[in-house]
Amino acid sequence: MTISNIQRRRFDSLIIGAGGGGLRAALQLAEADASVAVVSKVFPTRSHTVAAQGGMNAALANVLPDNWHWHMFDTVKGSDYLGDQDAIEYMCRAAPKVVYELEHFGVPFSRLDNGRIYQRPFGGQSQNFGGEQAARTCAAADRTGHAILHSLYQQNIRAKTHFFDEYFAVDLLKDDDGNILGAFVFDIHTGEELIIEAKTTLLATGGAGQLFRTTTNALINTGDGMGMALRAGIPLQDMEFFQFHPTGIAGRGMLITEGARGEGGYLVNVNGERFMERYAPKAKDLASRDVVSRAIETEVREGRGCGPDKDHVMLKLDHLGVDVIQKRLPGIRQTCITFLGMDPAEEPVPVYPTAHYTMGGIPTDRHGQVVIPVKDTPEEAVTGLYAAGECACVSVHGANRLGGNSLLDILVFGRAAANHIIDYLKENHYHRPLNEKSVEKAYQRLHRWDDTGEGESVEKIRSDLKRVMEKNCGVFRTQDVLDNGIKEVSALHEKLKHARIKDHSAMFNTARVEALELENLMDVALATVYSASARTESRGAHSRVDFQERDDMNWMRHTLYSLEGRKLDYKPVRTKPMTVATFPPKARVY
Amino acid sequence: MNSLYQMPENEADSRLRWRCRRGMLELDLILNNFIDREYVHLNNQQKQLLDQMLDYPDQLLFDLFLGFMQSADKDIASLVSYIRKSVTT
Ligand SMILES: Cc1cc2nc3c(=O)[nH]c(=O)nc-3n(C[C@H](O)[C@H](O)[C@H](O)COP(=O)(O)OP(=O)(O)OC[C@H]3O[C@@H](n4cnc5c(N)ncnc54)[C@H](O)[C@@H]3O)c2cc1C
Repeated sequence: MTISNIQRRRFDSLIIGAGGGGLRAALQLAEADASVAVVSKVFPTRSHTVAAQGGMNAALANVLPDNWHWHMFDTVKGSDYLGDQDAIEYMCRAAPKVVYELEHFGVPFSRLDNGRIYQRPFGGQSQNFGGEQAARTCAAADRTGHAILHSLYQQNIRAKTHFFDEYFAVDLLKDDDGNILGAFVFDIHTGEELIIEAKTTLLATGGAGQLFRTTTNALINTGDGMGMALRAGIPLQDMEFFQFHPTGIAGRGMLITEGARGEGGYLVNVNGERFMERYAPKAKDLASRDVVSRAIETEVREGRGCGPDKDHVMLKLDHLGVDVIQKRLPGIRQTCITFLGMDPAEEPVPVYPTAHYTMGGIPTDRHGQVVIPVKDTPEEAVTGLYAAGECACVSVHGANRLGGNSLLDILVFGRAAANHIIDYLKENHYHRPLNEKSVEKAYQRLHRWDDTGEGESVEKIRSDLKRVMEKNCGVFRTQDVLDNGIKEVSALHEKLKHARIKDHSAMFNTARVEALELENLMDVALATVYSASARTESRGAHSRVDFQERDDMNWMRHTLYSLEGRKLDYKPVRTKPMTVATFPPKARVY
Repeated sequence: MNSLYQMPENEADSRLRWRCRRGMLELDLILNNFIDREYVHLNNQQKQLLDQMLDYPDQLLFDLFLGFMQSADKDIASLVSYIRKSVTT
């Protein structure tokens, strides 16, 4: 197959990724009669959104008093003041509407006796700007993500969205002026390549949890969209901020949802001490995720860890009783029984922080448009390119995401991006001509894996990368550790250039898919360690042992990492909300 | 789509492996571990059954593998129990 033989298809809009973000955008576009193609490397309903158990936030005030402004305050504070306050206001105001829309699409939210949507308390939620605990998280039992994904998929089928299931997107395509015009993809079944030309392209490829050895993320979360953006010359924003969920099953990574602590579970160290009382006297075990993760790590580092290697702490649930556990936390109980052979109704669960959420990503404005610095302008839109969901950095989570805010983010900004695209399509009726060099580059990148002969193993490099990232870019960071991370990841990056795969068949060549994924992970890993090593302060999830304080004078700014020259640049945080007063930075005490 | 058994064997294996990539880490761990350890021991009927089961939604597989639900289909139920056993052994 040569490039000229490759089939070309044209759509108004291409969406790469069929998780909640991609599907919400696709639905909005299809309903506006745009022709929409959705490309997904796995069958859409197997996207990672399916794993979100806890729920999504919206100030509905069904259980306790609430309003969007309190939600906004919590999100700004949770972000450690790195979140852009205009985007945060937009998201919190839109939240109730988005929940009611989902209800309309068929999501079976859990109910209160009075028929209203049930809402559970989650970490970092408060009433009245930092007062009593709020209850803001709407859930469909413990399968909220599944319910959302399936409802959106069905709605898209009804609206005649065109799906390219099990197609892998290799790279973005451009015109001569650098506008984005679609992507180069291939069918994983047949290996057949396809050029999808589109007036607009939305990246909704999810996060990059596979950067780390211990993670809650499925194998598909390899940061592909972020890699594609980097290669298209777009910097990644705030990659040093990676959220570690405080309660992963030690050694395995699986998530024990915050809901477990919301229902009354608490953490203890080897002495049986409820140590969160020392770190967050008010919120205790429901303090924000970074605070709890750091507390666990401190307990372990100071020798108060549990188990023969003293390398984890315990989550106590047994005092809640079998009935509560079975009724409210059935997933957790069965996970422990299946994977650990123990029952949390009888014994405490060994837990440790696990890589969970990529706060950084492709920089966008609150319309989902990808924005990059051009000369003296910090944010200029890249024509035709949008990003939404975990791969994007809009930035509503800033340095630390609150539980329940990601499902909200993907839906609000998936929808917002689609609305902007609809307006764009009204003004732009024709397809622009592709720059064939960009096609050739994508083609070469794919076919580089046809090289035969001896070389490094992809599998080995991947497992080394994950180990290096865990060791050198985890919960606790110092200059030495991070600089060593840069060295080690760079060495692996070099090795990857000489890697080979053994399978050169066209059909279901999963080895090739994994090699392409590893290339994406590698670039995202470099972005992460470089950004982390440069930020000499502690903020949110980026916790430096050698710079323990937040430094607003020097660091209230977003990092931008570019692939070319591995360059770092910075841009200001948008501290001005849309309509209300700014929340000025304060110490983050829970 | 082709059925598993009209394909050459290694292609069928690769397809099955790809279908074991799911949206949840729990399923990735259970299924990939099972494929790595047990695939070579499966007979044709079991392979076909596994392929059929991989059409199920993630949440249903999660419910079956984590023991929230039992399949009414005897053959599926026995494959599920085989897979569940392979997790802790
Ligand atoms: C265990 C767990 C529990 C969670 N619970 C909650 C919760 O309770 N509440 C909450 O708010 N958040 C939760 N989150 C976070 C939230 O689920 C995710 O951030 C969110 O679902 C991401 O959605 P997305 O649409 O951005 O991407 P995803 O759902 O990850 O979808 C990405 C899509 O991109 C496609 N794709 C990727 N690369 C390519 C490529 N190269 N070619 C083609 N297609 C590609 C994939 O096939 C997939 O369709 C949880 C996360 C985890 C890990």
